[in-house]
Amino acid sequence: MKTTDLVRTAFANTFRSKLRTTLTVLALFIGAFTLTITTALGAGVSDYVTKQVASLGANDVFLISRASTTTATDSGPQKYDPATSSPGTGTSNPLTGSAGALTDADITTLHNIQGLRDVAPISTVAIDWIEQAGGGKYQFTIAPTSSIAQSDLAAGSQLDSSSSDFQVVLPEDYVEPLGLGNTADAVGATATLGFTDVAGGTHTVTATVVGVSNTSLLNAGAGANSALVDAVAEQQKAGSAAPNRYQVAVAHFPTDASADDIAQLKNDIAAAGMSAQTIEDQLGTVQTIITGITGVLNAFAIIALLAAAFGIVNTLLMSVQERTREIGLMKAMGMGSGRIFALFSLEAIVIGFLGSALGIVVAIAVGLPLNEALASGPLSGLSGLDLLLFQPSGLIGVIALIVVIAFLAGTLPARRAARKNPIDALRYE
Amino acid sequence: MLEARNLTKWYGKGEGRFQALDDVTMQVRRGESIAIVGKSGSGKSTLMHLLALLDEPDGGSVLVEGNEASGLHAKAVNELRNRRFGFVFQQFFLTASTSVLDNVTLPLKIAGVPARERRVRGLAALKKFGLEDKAKNRASDLSGGQKQRVVLTRALVGEPDVIFADEPTGNLDSATGRVVEEELFELNRARGITLVIVTHDEDLAARCDRQIQVRDGRIVDSSEVAA
Repeated sequence: MKTTDLVRTAFANTFRSKLRTTLTVLALFIGAFTLTITTALGAGVSDYVTKQVASLGANDVFLISRASTTTATDSGPQKYDPATSSPGTGTSNPLTGSAGALTDADITTLHNIQGLRDVAPISTVAIDWIEQAGGGKYQFTIAPTSSIAQSDLAAGSQLDSSSSDFQVVLPEDYVEPLGLGNTADAVGATATLGFTDVAGGTHTVTATVVGVSNTSLLNAGAGANSALVDAVAEQQKAGSAAPNRYQVAVAHFPTDASADDIAQLKNDIAAAGMSAQTIEDQLGTVQTIITGITGVLNAFAIIALLAAAFGIVNTLLMSVQERTREIGLMKAMGMGSGRIFALFSLEAIVIGFLGSALGIVVAIAVGLPLNEALASGPLSGLSGLDLLLFQPSGLIGVIALIVVIAFLAGTLPARRAARKNPIDALRYE
Repeated sequence: MLEARNLTKWYGKGEGRFQALDDVTMQVRRGESIAIVGKSGSGKSTLMHLLALLDEPDGGSVLVEGNEASGLHAKAVNELRNRRFGFVFQQFFLTASTSVLDNVTLPLKIAGVPARERRVRGLAALKKFGLEDKAKNRASDLSGGQKQRVVLTRALVGEPDVIFADEPTGNLDSATGRVVEEELFELNRARGITLVIVTHDEDLAARCDRQIQVRDGRIVDSSEVAA
């Protein structure tokens, strides 16, 4: 029998007992649907994170902070050691425990580490409000690392760290309240920032809006260039002689550094009692969580598919039983065992293909409107996020996986069919 | 053309084991019609199955045009059955839910004949039996006589040299049985197709060139009928 005829016959045979085929296909459909949705979810989220990382454009930057002061619960207070002890920041990070602050001495240490350049402490500045001439005052936060990273811009340009002008990048949800019209109009406008110094005095500073950023997972708050941050930080100290304390310092490493080089630098920094993370390290946590969640969902889908696989075995075994005489006749007429095996395997594959194709089509039909609804509803705060991303490679992967499962499930009945003896089959009553 | 030499065949295992054929030697000559007769359980069907290479003997050998069939590859045996043998079984073995034409062209499909040629040859074969208007009908919608004619068409579509028929009229009423009988012998006369008919119908057997009587796995009588 020719292969084209074999495929055609397998298709025709699959539709001979419609109800049975439909039920088996439905079982596969559920697995395919789930798998498509979870794969799309994983792809959507990691695509979003990747885009965010790319937009930050800071692939050669370490964020350096004091290593966590491990407070062992059973050892009581730690001894003060001027060399290694650092003052607590008062805020504790739930992921890393309470972290200390960096001192000027630490910054000097970092300067002396081979391979790091442009080490700069990040001053945290607290802005009270922002106001645009004629509008009301709004609370305002400047993201500490905004001066080194790039923003995901909706309009305008990135901050210029070498400029001595005061520049800000506004989150897009500030545009309308400040009375700046649309995002494009906002670029070039000036805004007044108000802040309080440590002694209680109030100050204002005027800055130019150079860009408008999309609201995103990673860009919490507005951006300000280093000129502005430094000026505000200086005024906030109000001339006090208190030693400088920094939450974070940034340092650049060579852009062509290999993974080993980066690990070596991290070790050097760790030896100095500090910890360094690249932007990717920080986002890795997010991605790991997402991967974990989609992994669990995928596992459920696979379990559904395994159950469906037994459905295929059952369906085809019944079919082989029912068609014993037909098989015997075909063998008597000279059809080889290999072709009989191929015919029944193909029927399994057809069932698998139908189930997976149907699952994918329905998943896309449900997923795309759902995406729209989520993007304009609950997830409108994360512009640029397509929660479900249907990638061709993912869809082909789902089909391939299910077809393989179906084929494996089909081998048992197909072998049984191929082994039938024409004589026994034709005597079968 | 076909030759059986000292064929033995056992069925079953252990205590229930019995000998279906015991040292059977016979020949089928090209163009003749031969009837294998005997009671049920005598081994006549087994003999036909062995001659048609559907089964393998436990002892002895089957020769096809002088060549030992046991020396052939499975593929060659399949091809031989497909190209040169036609089968008519006691039951119709038609696939009920597919069309008459599909049923008839099954041997061609197995042979790998392209779809268009299958259709042409299938319709031509159906025409000979006056069934061309039934080509698109489902096989299950036919009467018994029509079904048996479809089965004959199927046996003939590949233009075989030999037709093996196992109780071809067993399931038919006598009138239809006679029609099918006529058609078989017509094929034998007009086209020189060799007939090997297994039957316990005396009248049918009497019409064949030769009769082979089988009893308890042995040939007890081989008679030539004067034409």
